[in-house]
Amino acid sequence: MAQTPVYSRPDVLTDVPTFYCPGCGHGIIHRLLAEVIDEMDVRGRTVGIAPVGCSVTAYDYLDIDMSEAAHGRAPAVATGIKRARPDLLVFAYQGDGDLASIGLAEILHAANRGENYTTVFVNNTVYGMTGGQMAPTTLVDQKTTTSPDGRDVATMGHPMRICEMIETLMNPCYIVRSSIHAPPEIRKTKKCIRKAFDYQLAGEGFSFIEILSTCPVHWHMTPGQSMQHVKDVVQKAFPVRTFRDRPEERDA
Amino acid sequence: MNERLLMNGNEAVGEGAIRGGCDCYFGYPITPQNELTAYMARHMPHHDRVFVQAESEIAAINMVFGAAAAGKRAMTSSSSPGISLKQEGLSYLAGAELPMVIVNVQRGGPGLGNIMPSQADYFQAVKGGGHGDYRLIVLAPASVQEMHDFTAMAFDLADKHRNPVMVLADGRLGQMMEPLTLWDKEPLPPEKPWALTGAHGRKQNIVRSFYNVTGALEERNRILQAKMRIIEAEEIRYEGTELEDADVVFVAFGTSARLCKEVVQKYRAEGIRAGLLRPITLWPFPSADIARHAEKARLVFVVEMNAGQMIEDVRLACDGRVPIRFHGRLGGGVPTTREIRQAVDAALADLQPG
Repeated sequence: MAQTPVYSRPDVLTDVPTFYCPGCGHGIIHRLLAEVIDEMDVRGRTVGIAPVGCSVTAYDYLDIDMSEAAHGRAPAVATGIKRARPDLLVFAYQGDGDLASIGLAEILHAANRGENYTTVFVNNTVYGMTGGQMAPTTLVDQKTTTSPDGRDVATMGHPMRICEMIETLMNPCYIVRSSIHAPPEIRKTKKCIRKAFDYQLAGEGFSFIEILSTCPVHWHMTPGQSMQHVKDVVQKAFPVRTFRDRPEERDA
Repeated sequence: MNERLLMNGNEAVGEGAIRGGCDCYFGYPITPQNELTAYMARHMPHHDRVFVQAESEIAAINMVFGAAAAGKRAMTSSSSPGISLKQEGLSYLAGAELPMVIVNVQRGGPGLGNIMPSQADYFQAVKGGGHGDYRLIVLAPASVQEMHDFTAMAFDLADKHRNPVMVLADGRLGQMMEPLTLWDKEPLPPEKPWALTGAHGRKQNIVRSFYNVTGALEERNRILQAKMRIIEAEEIRYEGTELEDADVVFVAFGTSARLCKEVVQKYRAEGIRAGLLRPITLWPFPSADIARHAEKARLVFVVEMNAGQMIEDVRLACDGRVPIRFHGRLGGGVPTTREIRQAVDAALADLQPG
């Protein structure tokens, strides 16, 4: 009996094992990007920017033109690429240490200028590549190598909520927070990416997708526990919702 | 016929960049180079080119990184403290072999220093500046005309070698006005098959400086060093004044060289055989040319607006074969021709036997 494949590797996703840890969200998010690029048939006009962090070698897994960026500076690099070649579809892939700590000025100003590119902000509440240090998004009381007794809000502050900060700016057209802790959420995240890319190609301006992700190794959890942790705990600190969808609001 | 204008040095850099084919300029305010950023803000849009005032020097250099990665001619400018902030970006640009142009209109340091002219960023400019093994090609203009021409030329040099090029000026060159003949060569940027343009019908291009596999980065560095040797072989430039029979050889660049030229003329009028070697490329450095002229001289005299930085390279070039003396001014001070004369006279008297 003939079998029809219902799930296969997207063309843009390279056929190599990733070096990501079991249960890490990067693999899922890379796949979503690859699926969207395939479906939109835009490989030939897409440029991605890889951050400093675990996903620095995202170009090994996504078969598209890509650039590295210095730590935190992906929004500036994206600005340079997009201003130089406005016909390209440009996305910057950034983690929470990269974007919310060292790169906070760059992301806020790129958003404020309304640069017409898309940010995929992967928030797993910890510095992964450097070994599990506290990030601006680390949860209250969360233990990391640099907050060994847990994040103390009196001296380390509260988790910074970036979507909420960007919402204060007028120019961004699309600001959304999603998650990948279960298949329905993964499907929703994919729709967000597609929407942001469509908006960018329509010239709507800055689009920002925060994706709540996992880091089982530095959370000291199994992959399954990590997904449950996003659902039960991380989402409480970082509510999943659409903060702004200007094109949809305008056309409604 | 070439158009002739009166412009200040900063504006001459701006017009030189536009005529040199600069597609994208990213700037951030700092004195004494603000006229340049303002010039680009006024003129780039009229040429359908990109101007962005970045949120910081760091953002500006990384915007340059993006535009250069996309295959465009890109530039930023600043002054000493701002150039320090751009060093990380320069290291990444050099590591990724991205061509770009950066202009440093130097001011007094260290720290916030002052806004007076200085040459105290020589070490930073010619020894690398950021982390890792790399060099910038460094051009040192000494007039408004050269501010203009060297900036235009810098884009060709950057593209030729896929390496950042710095125009190392100072606040005096930036602020002073001189007549200027406009650059009229058509920019001819090469094909850039490595650029990020979307991988339409081809394999992906990657702009990177990260090589984490054992041995890969060493191999990568060998390639970069081989390129540096080619630049040393092909790009050394200097100007010689009255050097052939010179007995007293001045070595100075930029504003200091202008002053030394005047001193040389005064000495010559008095029958003293003085000459000037003015490095135009500070890296690659004209070491062999300096050595050749120094060998015939009884004194090599270095003048800089710093505590003595280029003199180290002059000493390396001369390898102890000739006495080398120095006069410098610090923290935004500019020497007078009179004090240079006095310093040289004293040095010559010192050298008299017995």
